[in-house]
Amino acid sequence: MSMKSGSRLEKILEAGHFAFTSELGPPQGANVEAIRKKASYLNGITDAVNITDNQTAVVRMSSWGAALIAIQEGLEPNYQMVCRDRNRIAMQSDILGAYAHGVRNMLCLSGDHQQFGNHPSTKGVFDIDSIQLISMVKGMRDDKKFLNGDEIDGAPQIFIGAAANPFAEPFEWRVHRLAKKVSAGADFIQTQCIYDMKMFREWMKQAGDMGLTEKVHILAGVTPLKSAGMARYMAKNVSGIIIPDDIIDRMVKAPKGAGAAAEEGIKICLEHIEELKEIKGVHGIHLMPIEWEHRVPEIAERAKLLPRPQV
Amino acid sequence: MIVCERKPFEEIKEMMKGIRKVLNVGCGGCTSICMAGGQREVGILNEELQNAFKQDGASFHVDGFTIERQCNADFFQELDVIASSYEALLSMACGAGVQFLADRYPQKPVFPALNTVFVGVDRDIGWFEESCRTCRECVLGETAGICPVTRCAKSLFNGPCGGTAQEGKCEVSKDTPCAWFEIYKRLKDQNRLENILKVKPAREWRNQTQGTLVQEAYKKRYAK
Repeated sequence: MSMKSGSRLEKILEAGHFAFTSELGPPQGANVEAIRKKASYLNGITDAVNITDNQTAVVRMSSWGAALIAIQEGLEPNYQMVCRDRNRIAMQSDILGAYAHGVRNMLCLSGDHQQFGNHPSTKGVFDIDSIQLISMVKGMRDDKKFLNGDEIDGAPQIFIGAAANPFAEPFEWRVHRLAKKVSAGADFIQTQCIYDMKMFREWMKQAGDMGLTEKVHILAGVTPLKSAGMARYMAKNVSGIIIPDDIIDRMVKAPKGAGAAAEEGIKICLEHIEELKEIKGVHGIHLMPIEWEHRVPEIAERAKLLPRPQV
Repeated sequence: MIVCERKPFEEIKEMMKGIRKVLNVGCGGCTSICMAGGQREVGILNEELQNAFKQDGASFHVDGFTIERQCNADFFQELDVIASSYEALLSMACGAGVQFLADRYPQKPVFPALNTVFVGVDRDIGWFEESCRTCRECVLGETAGICPVTRCAKSLFNGPCGGTAQEGKCEVSKDTPCAWFEIYKRLKDQNRLENILKVKPAREWRNQTQGTLVQEAYKKRYAK
């Protein structure tokens, strides 16, 4: 079977295995050891690891730079790229550079607005948007052409990822946005953190009805809650995240004492993973640990996602 | 209309340092309408400047003169007569007017008293809202008359992004409506959602170099 990129993630998904990806946030500096340490928790237990691109608009080591270190550590990176900080020239150039060094997966994102970050007065670029980025990478790969139509000397074979958020307004439009990403060329989707299973099921049903689950691999996004405070904060302050009251209640009512709330958060996460495995069209889990990389092995083990298939 | 606001007084005062005789040129166009740089505002600023330099014991004199528009040479004739007796000019026009004034009198220092804020509309008396980024390729026909370049914080052409908050607010502020939420709602009401179902390709930005424009009817007149 011919592969688009030959990445491990692509092989896993194309072979019909249930994929497991996680995330590694680069440090706010050139602290290589921090990356190696985080990588050590994820090595061997994930199919690919997203390397975030200056998430929340806070300056960090570049995602391609950290992705190269991840490769040295034996991980397969899923190179995240946002539209906020680069124009089409820089984007295409970085894609070529990253590909030349072995990057095979990409996640194409608009990016958190610069106003949230630590350089709020910077000039946002947004030359193209996330859907146009997907389409550009597909054109580079399949047509061997730059966005302007010029031939590429050595086209990058990238497995193209996109994000989807079923939990942002207008809800009834979200599946159409997914459809646009699929038609632009997304091979796989990683969703926003899922806490509201009912809403997610509804969105997946719409996606199935529109035939989208046949065309794209959907990886369901999860993040374990660490405390009741975190649950409340996210529910209230993070746009596009919905945490139902019963989940917050469980976190609030968790026994006191070291690690008890965290254990409850992990339990909720494990229950959700079990449910997600059974939803038609969900082809994997994307676990975003948010500085909890060291807890990923335990979660993966308890979620029965190990050992990972060899492909 | 071009909407402007006056610079902080201290900044204007700092620009005037060392100048003994200045003419503050008001504009009867947009900046007069948006209450930033018309005849009335020229009078107010001049009084403040005069008082401030008087308190400092500095020798300073400012006069005011408001012309109909600072962006058309036809309105400069009277000004030509009097401008020569001033050391410098202060302009209460938009950025375009300030430059036109500076081009007209290239020997004279010209200073802006205003910041040009945006192209916008009146929300109410003294309350303005940005509505156009002059991108030179209007898509309002497809987006239900709501500009994604200006009103979406990320200028997305295939919105909304994943950050739309409850009740259709933008992720950057709970007071800002999400442009794409509004576009979606209005197109849905008009039964025209097909407008945004297709992927909108990357746009050719046309506003990255200074623009000039000759209307079709005048092309012959200015042909070289």
